[in-house]
Amino acid sequence: MDQALFYASAALAVVSALVVIGQRNPIYSAFALILTLCSLSVIFGLLGSPFIAALQVIVYAGAIMVLFLFVLMLLNVKSEEDVPGRAGRTLAAIAVVLVAILVGQAGYVLWNLAPVAARSFDASTRKMAEILFSPHFLYVFEATSVLILAALVGAVALAKKDA
Amino acid sequence: MTGEPGFVHQAVLLSLVLFGIGALGVFLRRNVITVLMCIELMLNGANLAFVAFSRAAGTLDGQVLVFFVMVVAAAEAAVGLAIVIALHRHKDTLDVDAFNVMKG
Repeated sequence: MDQALFYASAALAVVSALVVIGQRNPIYSAFALILTLCSLSVIFGLLGSPFIAALQVIVYAGAIMVLFLFVLMLLNVKSEEDVPGRAGRTLAAIAVVLVAILVGQAGYVLWNLAPVAARSFDASTRKMAEILFSPHFLYVFEATSVLILAALVGAVALAKKDA
Repeated sequence: MTGEPGFVHQAVLLSLVLFGIGALGVFLRRNVITVLMCIELMLNGANLAFVAFSRAAGTLDGQVLVFFVMVVAAAEAAVGLAIVIALHRHKDTLDVDAFNVMKG
């Protein structure tokens, strides 16, 4: 059952990720990306991390993708129309080859790893909170709020009319 | 639960594939916003690898790292999209090839 769910979600994630990069209309890309994020959330749940799975849906599929869709609709984005010229096509072929080499090399290394058995562990929200608010990560955690504030101020300053 | 396969291997390979697709999209797409979405795809591939290795190691450190990656991704998306809006205001297009002012 878990096996079937895992492979179904993995297939859905890969197919919708291919739609993200194959689609000329960015709105459809955004919706396909939401599908990828949600199927990844299922996989996070199957890997025994319910907290990350929930964050994935709430923060990524919820907040970040709504921001993307908001900007897409605000700017009234059209589809990419023209096919790339001769130079563009050569560069695209080079990019495909380079990415294929990267994935091939990393895949070769990963494929030859000794199979790892998953250890049982408790990744509940309570455990995550205990770690995040432990002295080890507390200052980093508080620093992220400063980062978010800086990003907020920066985004407003950058997008202002007379900037 | 100890000793069950737990999809670690498959999850790492899936993360690799997602990262590759995202990298390909960064090279192939011409729309700035789609390029940003492909970067999110790559970040998610990395997140999946973190969660899978955290599962294999039996510690929560990988998950904490995923949490911070998500925070930084949110900040990056906010600032990146603000820059996109500013660029659109200047050039009235979102084609990455149009933004070559700094080209030497």
